Amino acid sequence: MMSAKDEILTRIGRAIVDTGPRMPEDRAREYDALTRMYRTSGMLQESARLDLFEDRLHDYNAVVYRCVSAEIAATIAKALTAREKQGLVIPADLPAAWLPGGFRFVRDEGLSYDELDRAQGVLTGCAVAVAFSGTIILKHGSGEARRALTLVPDYHLCVVRADQVVETLPEGIRRVNQFRTSPLTTISGPSATSDIEMTRVKGVHGPRTLDVVLVNG
Amino acid sequence: MSVHVGQAAEAPAFQAAAKDLLQNQQLRRNVRHATEVIRNKRAKVVGETPDWQELREAARRIKNHVMRYLDEYLERFEHACTRAGGHVHWARDADEANRIVIDIVKRHGGTELIKVKTMTSDEIRLNAALEAAGITPHETDLADLIIQLGHDKPSHIVVPALHKNKTEIRSLFLEKMRLGELGESAEALADASRRYLREKFLRVPIGFSGGNFAIAESGSVCVVESEGNGRMCVTLPRVLISLVGIEKIVPTFGDLEVFLQILARSATGERMNPYNSIWTGVTPGDGPEEFHVILLDNGRTAVLSDGESRETLDCIRCGACLNICPVYRQTGGHAYGSIYAGPIGAILTPQLQSMEHSQSLPYASSLCGACYEVCPVKINIPEILIHLRARVVEQGYAPLTEKVGMKAAAMAFSNGERLATAEQLARLAQKPLVRDGLIRSLPGMLGGWTASRDLRPIPPESFREWWAKREKQA
Amino acid sequence: MTISLFITCYNDTLFPETGKAVVAVLERLGHTVEFRAAQTCCGQMHYNTGYPHDAAAMMHHFLRVFRDAETICVPSGSCVAMMRDHFPKMAHESGDAEAVRACDEMLPRIYEFSELLIDKLQITDTGAHFPHSVTLHSTCHSLRSLHIGDRPVRLLHAVRDCTFVELPRADECCGFGGTFAIKNADVSAAMLADKLASIRETQAEVVTAVDNSCLMHIGGGLSRRGIPVRTMHLAEILASTHAEATL
Repeated sequence: MMSAKDEILTRIGRAIVDTGPRMPEDRAREYDALTRMYRTSGMLQESARLDLFEDRLHDYNAVVYRCVSAEIAATIAKALTAREKQGLVIPADLPAAWLPGGFRFVRDEGLSYDELDRAQGVLTGCAVAVAFSGTIILKHGSGEARRALTLVPDYHLCVVRADQVVETLPEGIRRVNQFRTSPLTTISGPSATSDIEMTRVKGVHGPRTLDVVLVNG
Repeated sequence: MSVHVGQAAEAPAFQAAAKDLLQNQQLRRNVRHATEVIRNKRAKVVGETPDWQELREAARRIKNHVMRYLDEYLERFEHACTRAGGHVHWARDADEANRIVIDIVKRHGGTELIKVKTMTSDEIRLNAALEAAGITPHETDLADLIIQLGHDKPSHIVVPALHKNKTEIRSLFLEKMRLGELGESAEALADASRRYLREKFLRVPIGFSGGNFAIAESGSVCVVESEGNGRMCVTLPRVLISLVGIEKIVPTFGDLEVFLQILARSATGERMNPYNSIWTGVTPGDGPEEFHVILLDNGRTAVLSDGESRETLDCIRCGACLNICPVYRQTGGHAYGSIYAGPIGAILTPQLQSMEHSQSLPYASSLCGACYEVCPVKINIPEILIHLRARVVEQGYAPLTEKVGMKAAAMAFSNGERLATAEQLARLAQKPLVRDGLIRSLPGMLGGWTASRDLRPIPPESFREWWAKREKQA
Repeated sequence: MTISLFITCYNDTLFPETGKAVVAVLERLGHTVEFRAAQTCCGQMHYNTGYPHDAAAMMHHFLRVFRDAETICVPSGSCVAMMRDHFPKMAHESGDAEAVRACDEMLPRIYEFSELLIDKLQITDTGAHFPHSVTLHSTCHSLRSLHIGDRPVRLLHAVRDCTFVELPRADECCGFGGTFAIKNADVSAAMLADKLASIRETQAEVVTAVDNSCLMHIGGGLSRRGIPVRTMHLAEILASTHAEATL
């Protein structure tokens, strides 16, 4: 008796006979030959690109703080004060230089879901950001934490460097392509639903508040 | 083979279901409002996308290519996913898929699981199978939660509860969530669902999802969502089971640059939806320790085998065709008697299911073509509807009166003299039906016209008769 | 120019006035109209209802009747759409090489009436006079298959004393859909109700279109409700020259 896999593969082979004969190298060759006329790069200079990114984040009600590298810790302090937070959970490998004094930062060395649920928020970096849609992409590698950290707490403060901001999604996807077997999360504003009379309600699950520290220089 | 497409194969024909639903003014108002909102949002974000047509064309070509090599891509997916620590299962039909899910849950001694929305699980009637096996599925999408608590059925691909308004939802939550009090705003309702579900997210050890895209080269699965419950279900549980139709394959990770752009704009009218989760097998220290993916056929290979309607499988379940369809707007989704409603439902359901049960669906369209214009992967839905209509007739499901009428018309149209004669006969035949210069009632099948419309009688002289006279006089 | 008229089966029977109007306009513009009496139907109704073999027979008949016709005018957007969208595939599937050739050669010479005037004859002014307010229903086939654009509107704008009023939600289907109007009469009626509401918003005296099929359906609804808005094919407005053109 044929296994389910063999049966399905056999059905497929029979089904597509009308598309013509196939040699082993054909698939890769035909894939590479696929025409793609959509745009794969942006046209904006850096400062316009950063302005666009900030603009889109404002659409999501995110507060965006701009600073230079030397001011990261101070800016984080400002953000936390504005949101009345006393501390955050952080990935175990987050740079110490980012952390301002006077706040309690708990490194994730196996925090439980309940501990994450009780946390006031989380601080991470990111892999790349897409200006056109105000999207932040995490590859959950160094400085970005396992996925649960940016999911369970109600507040996410994300540090984005200017050189991580691209204009279009194709550029963003290509930047993280090398990490495609890591878990990846794209975040475009806080969660939302329109299931109640098409009224867009922000913040269902996932962090309801997102702030960004945009570092340039 | 147990292909159910979500509901009993005995669902009433579209015409009968539509007749009832057209009486429901609240439903019609809700559907009209909801589809108008998304339609306008979609138009706006598409309007600002300079390469929209190029993206559609690229998506169409990629999907077309995938279908030609579907077997190779599925094997590549299996290989890569397994290498990354995932378990890949193959299911020929709904029953097999349900058995696989139940086996996995039972092996872990599980009695419940948290689910993130996937129409595919409705298609195979997973929830009923789980409950029969003593396993409780918790729906976690707000709309599916509303549907589940209300013992209702979804009526739209992307906004399944759009037939329900705030008041109805509030009553439902008060009762089923056993709440003492509850605000009336959409925010209050969303907040109630957040608290109700959070407890489950943090506790239930088995999660279940679908997959919007299955990436062949890396063996990865991508879930596209707005609410965050998807991230919860694919990240927090110890065991994750994902059910993915075989047609969801895309060749490479890079192809997401096309599909993520077109899906968000088409489904919810956004530049990008709030969350996309992409994962591959298992990652130690991050997310589930055990991952199973079930590759589902359930009629898809049958769709694949018809070259003229194969592109039905390109569908990325955005719902844009529902939102633009002037027929769907009048009836809502329940009229289609299937988990897949609207224009895509009208072509997918009869191909997954037997035509005997879905024969009314290819005719549930005025062929206006609006769906084809908005489909992000350029499925020529009107053309496939016509193709399926020919199949209905071929398989003998056309009403006898229609067949006789069409044969008579074909004879009349075979040459000019026969047409002229037929016109004269028709003018004679109409005489008893004309009252005060109008025909207000036609017999039999044609009575459908005069139920809501008058008909001007056939004029005493046809164009060709006028022309012949004119020629004679010249 | 000699222009061969394909009147279409339903115009021939139900709307001879439209054919007469087309003849009047073209002759007024100095052209010769011919009418080949052997003509019948483009096959759309059969093709769309699931009877492609019957439709193919009608296609073959059409190709034979209009062989070597220099220019073919069709006062029906949906019939032209049928030819452009489906004749090539039907001809190919029939395996008849002659039909494929005939089809390829003939399609570029087939024009819907407003296309004929604007694209082929390069005129917008037909010398018409029609002192009434008119709104235009954009038929689905002309809109989405023929990409007719603003041709009908440009022609209407050149009609003396005619007030053009834009129809709200003009691109929404009126609900005719051929046999859909009978097979799904309830939904068809609901769609019609929406279209009538749009028409009433314009307060126009006349609703026009390039397809009498839609107008028959719209007119039938107007009549049943006793709404005194008149339906007229575009050609009839363009043919109108009476100074006191009454409705």
